[in-house]
Amino acid sequence: MSTGPSTQAPGRMARFGEWIDERLPVSSFWKAHVSEYYAPKNFNFWYYFGSLAMLVLVIQIVTGIFLTMNYKPSAAEAFASVEYIMRDVEWGWLIRYMHSTGASAFFIVVYLHMFRAMMYGSYRKPRELLWVIGMAIYLVLMAEAFMGYLLPWGQMSYWGAQVIVSLFGAIPVVGEGLAEWIRGDYFISDITLNRFFAFHVIALPLILLLLVVVHLAALHEVGSNNPDGIEIKKNKGPDGVPLDGIPFHPYYTVKDLVGTVVFLGVFFLVVFFAPEMNGLFLEHANFEPADRLKTPEHIAPVWYFTPFYAILRAVPDKLFGVILMGLAIALLFLLPWLDRSPVKSIRYRSPIAKLMLGLFALSFIGLGYFGLQPVTTVGTIASRLFTFVYFAFLLGMPWWSRLGTAKQEPERVTYESH
Amino acid sequence: MSEEEVDQGRRRMLTVASAVTGGVGVAALAAPFVLSFKPSARARAVGAPVKVDISKVEMGSLLRVEWRGKPVFILRRSPAALATLPKVTEQLRDPESKKSIQPEFAQNDTRSLDPELVVLLGVCTHLGCAPAYLPEVGTPGADDELVAFLCACHGSKFDVSGRVFKAVPAESNLEVPPYRELGDGWLLIGDTSGAVA
Repeated sequence: MSTGPSTQAPGRMARFGEWIDERLPVSSFWKAHVSEYYAPKNFNFWYYFGSLAMLVLVIQIVTGIFLTMNYKPSAAEAFASVEYIMRDVEWGWLIRYMHSTGASAFFIVVYLHMFRAMMYGSYRKPRELLWVIGMAIYLVLMAEAFMGYLLPWGQMSYWGAQVIVSLFGAIPVVGEGLAEWIRGDYFISDITLNRFFAFHVIALPLILLLLVVVHLAALHEVGSNNPDGIEIKKNKGPDGVPLDGIPFHPYYTVKDLVGTVVFLGVFFLVVFFAPEMNGLFLEHANFEPADRLKTPEHIAPVWYFTPFYAILRAVPDKLFGVILMGLAIALLFLLPWLDRSPVKSIRYRSPIAKLMLGLFALSFIGLGYFGLQPVTTVGTIASRLFTFVYFAFLLGMPWWSRLGTAKQEPERVTYESH
Repeated sequence: MSEEEVDQGRRRMLTVASAVTGGVGVAALAAPFVLSFKPSARARAVGAPVKVDISKVEMGSLLRVEWRGKPVFILRRSPAALATLPKVTEQLRDPESKKSIQPEFAQNDTRSLDPELVVLLGVCTHLGCAPAYLPEVGTPGADDELVAFLCACHGSKFDVSGRVFKAVPAESNLEVPPYRELGDGWLLIGDTSGAVA
């Protein structure tokens, strides 16, 4: 792949490479996106989660393919087929626990990935579309997880789907018809299960993969942000390479490999020793087959939906609760335009911005906690308080983000060699 | 053909016309796929009425049967339970069932044909969970003896006629499905031909 004149005739492998390159842009693609994609040299711990999200996506796709080989998407057989996978299929338990743990792991890494973007202002100009595409990935991921949760056809599968689909019924006029259209029946039935299966294994994964490609295309167009929130493209060497940039391969491939090893260590600890995570990853009520006549005494969504569920429950009005829950997600799309801070990174932002981001993270975790608990007076009051903080952060951002004095951003990224 | 001779207006018109025609075609093709999501003929046909033997339903006990895939509650109420109905009116959102769904014959205090026997759709009008019948599970807080049904999902409360309390997420009373008495202790649920007492 040398570009200079060579004195020797190229070897067989080199000639094969040239033959390919004349027909398919393999080496130029590799250069543009891997070996000569320059990323800032000051990435820290928080920059593991993008590559980890891709790793989990691969785990989910591979384990998912093997699960579909034994799973039966019918109301009469679904629950038993999952038990069959767990008990009778060789290594079926491992494949299924990897898939169920993978679902929670996906949200853990995605939430950390999103928080990273919020800390370092990675959604700011010129990365607005990168953030919006990422939010679209998050939306599709939520739909994917929700529909996947119906498939085991347990009590929580059934009643969770019942509640979530009924949310659409709160929309005036068209709501009831819409809910019926989604279910394909007058209740959550075999028909609903069958179509959710189709969405979960074909439609949404295809969309997800496409969006990931678009997300990466946008990232590689604008270049990665970094913990200092300054553009490395402003300082380029004579060769046109950013002075603070290092090639993604081998530097970050090796770094991400370390992250991968640590992640897989923790992941398999959970898979082997705590796959249910005491009801957090696999809820206890879901070990009972769906019963149309009886709702479990305490129902809550899986942990990754509970912050939004707590917002829904905090509002004493059906329609307004659904609207507020929708807004809690929709407003995140607008972050790039809500933030008016003169600097991007939390390192240089005013103490007010640091406090607001901290309060936001706290309210998200608080809502997540109370969303898991049964309804209590204290829980409702706390949820309302956290809901207020959550929206104050987002809706107040155009104002509070301009308050206080920001520190001077450095000219070059801060970096210490180890 | 040189650049000067191109009729740009004509070209634009043709482009727009083809795009619109194509768009209409795509929309027409999408319609069958969107409509395939509606309840199928088989799903619609399953709504047949259900015949229930109510002769063995004891005083104060609740019978659950399935109709159109939804739970139907059949409750035989004691005179003591019926006596709570006028007392609770103040605390209800829709005591006269004006904004609730029921057959005409059930738009009264007892919300039933036979005052003793109430038939309710066991689907919370908030988000569709099946409420628990408190005398069966015991009142969790024991704060209010007038509450007969409690939806565990989001805390909606209903009285012994399925009427919703104020300040809970559900906005209307539990639905009363169409039903009629067949005599000899049999009930037909889902028959829309009205009340034949």
